[in-house]
Amino acid sequence: MKSLRFYAILYLIFLYAPIALLPVFAFNDATIIAFPLTGFTTQWFTELPQIPALIDSVKNSLYIAVITALLSTLLGICASRAAAKYTFPLKKPIMGFIMVPLVLPEIIVAVSLLVILLQLGLSLGAWTVIMGHVLICTPFCIAILNSAFQNLDPSLEEAAIDLGESTWSTFRLITLPLVSPAIISALLISFTISLDEFIIAFFLTGTEPTLPVYLWSQLRFPARIPVVMALGTILVAGSVVLLIIAEIMRRRGLRRAGLKDSGGFL
Amino acid sequence: MTALIDLKNINKYYADYHALRDVSLEIAQGEFFSLLGPSGCGKTTLLRTIAGFEAPSDGTLHIAGVDMNGVPANARPTNMVFQSYAIFPHLSVSENVGFGLRKSALSASDKMNSVEQALEMVGLDGFGGRAAHALSGGQRQRVALARALILKPKVLLLDEPLSALDKKLREQMQSELRRLQRQVGITFILVTHDQEEALIMSDRVAVMFDGEIAQLADPQTLYKRPVSSKVGDFIGVMNFLPATVDNAQKITLDVAGLGPVTIDPEQAPSGAQTGAAQIGIRPEMMSLLFDGEPDRGQMTHATIKDRAYYGDMTYYDVSIKDVAQPITISMKNIIGRPVLEIGQATRVSWDARSLVLFSD
Repeated sequence: MKSLRFYAILYLIFLYAPIALLPVFAFNDATIIAFPLTGFTTQWFTELPQIPALIDSVKNSLYIAVITALLSTLLGICASRAAAKYTFPLKKPIMGFIMVPLVLPEIIVAVSLLVILLQLGLSLGAWTVIMGHVLICTPFCIAILNSAFQNLDPSLEEAAIDLGESTWSTFRLITLPLVSPAIISALLISFTISLDEFIIAFFLTGTEPTLPVYLWSQLRFPARIPVVMALGTILVAGSVVLLIIAEIMRRRGLRRAGLKDSGGFL
Repeated sequence: MTALIDLKNINKYYADYHALRDVSLEIAQGEFFSLLGPSGCGKTTLLRTIAGFEAPSDGTLHIAGVDMNGVPANARPTNMVFQSYAIFPHLSVSENVGFGLRKSALSASDKMNSVEQALEMVGLDGFGGRAAHALSGGQRQRVALARALILKPKVLLLDEPLSALDKKLREQMQSELRRLQRQVGITFILVTHDQEEALIMSDRVAVMFDGEIAQLADPQTLYKRPVSSKVGDFIGVMNFLPATVDNAQKITLDVAGLGPVTIDPEQAPSGAQTGAAQIGIRPEMMSLLFDGEPDRGQMTHATIKDRAYYGDMTYYDVSIKDVAQPITISMKNIIGRPVLEIGQATRVSWDARSLVLFSD
């Protein structure tokens, strides 16, 4: 038992140490990433906004992430609502197919999408990356939204209809407010996934790189590494904040529906 | 007078399952009507058919003379209190109660007044500002009632509304529901699996088994003259004894353990046929005679097998000659009457007028 616990602790250190080192070197006053640390500086952070290619990649990434989040959450709402409320032929295989990208290697998704897009003669750009990202983000959104829709007492909607509302106004007045925390949670998670995603973006991005693709290209220049570290620190901090908000929203949603927490992504 | 609700030959099939079998029913204006039966008997399906959440496979449903075929739930003159109460958790109490007024042409202040009146009616005045999730079970129940009654429906449908409450609160709500129904004069249709609740509250009760109405009667007839042993067994406690009908015209029969008797035609609600039959008798319709008490009525010797003391009553299981199953007899614990011991020999006094003959 003791050795198992030791192993678990080592494992966690191995997993998180690189991320912990990111801010350490981001504030270190040297271009070489090595101990001992030489001094404290915020120089790498102040250099960030002065690189136009970097700013462009951030804008590109944000644009892609926002559109991806909106599209995949919208698709997720439709799919989870359909799965919770209706029975239709081949429901299980269809839901299974939608969830497959969750376990499909991204490189496979990326290469096959690239081949198809090139065959269709489409030019690569932000929209092709969005297509790839929606594909991998939608299963996450469905996983989050599904539990919200499943946990919704069907008699709530029936009660609203019984009191004279139409199907659409019932959805707007009752269903949507009750699942809104899950919707916000799905938006944030898909936004984060899209923002961080590298492989699909790398294959499908064309001439306008996303932020992860740009970062990767900069690793070839040793002088740029501390700047990359600084950017990485900001990204990690931002992702953590977004994921925490997502989790808070998910829990609030459960509370609102008066349910017990049965575990989420965090 | 035509009935407020008129169901004719309603059938409902789910794939290969026959949920409602040829149900015909008329419910009058202002009646407190109960659908009683074990779970899966179709009582909730029937209620949801009246509400418009289920469409009958065939048959017709008229409410206040209007054919409800194709009329959606939100256009029917019915409102429902759901088993889970279905209180909207993100709205306050008054927003919940006033939900149905959203589309009405009333002014904002008129709406507020009717919400307050509705809350007052169910004893929740001053609760309007509370959040829905901060309410107790009994309060949620009252909010659900106020929300359904505020629209002044022709019919209020109640789907097992009291099953989630504890015993004390349930009894209190039972009498309040009755009072409320008399006060508003709206037809109430209650679905319940609790036979006691159905007897206490209803003007008439439809007992359902397997998608069919087994008996439709007022509570007293239902209890005293069940049409089948199944209904007799479901409503309260009933002892069954094998019997042989000797003469179907005069209705003379030989009852195991009790001997030959003659009964009134009224006591054979499903008719009498010569041959093997069953009689039913309620526990309180027999009594145990104590030492020194003189014989009265008809009498049979018995031995006490078991007893259960309830405070106000004692239930005895006694065995009588020629009958394998012990029969249950209840005695009121009045002053001077001892509680008998297990194994004690005793006499059972009974009256032929309390027997019911079942030909099934």
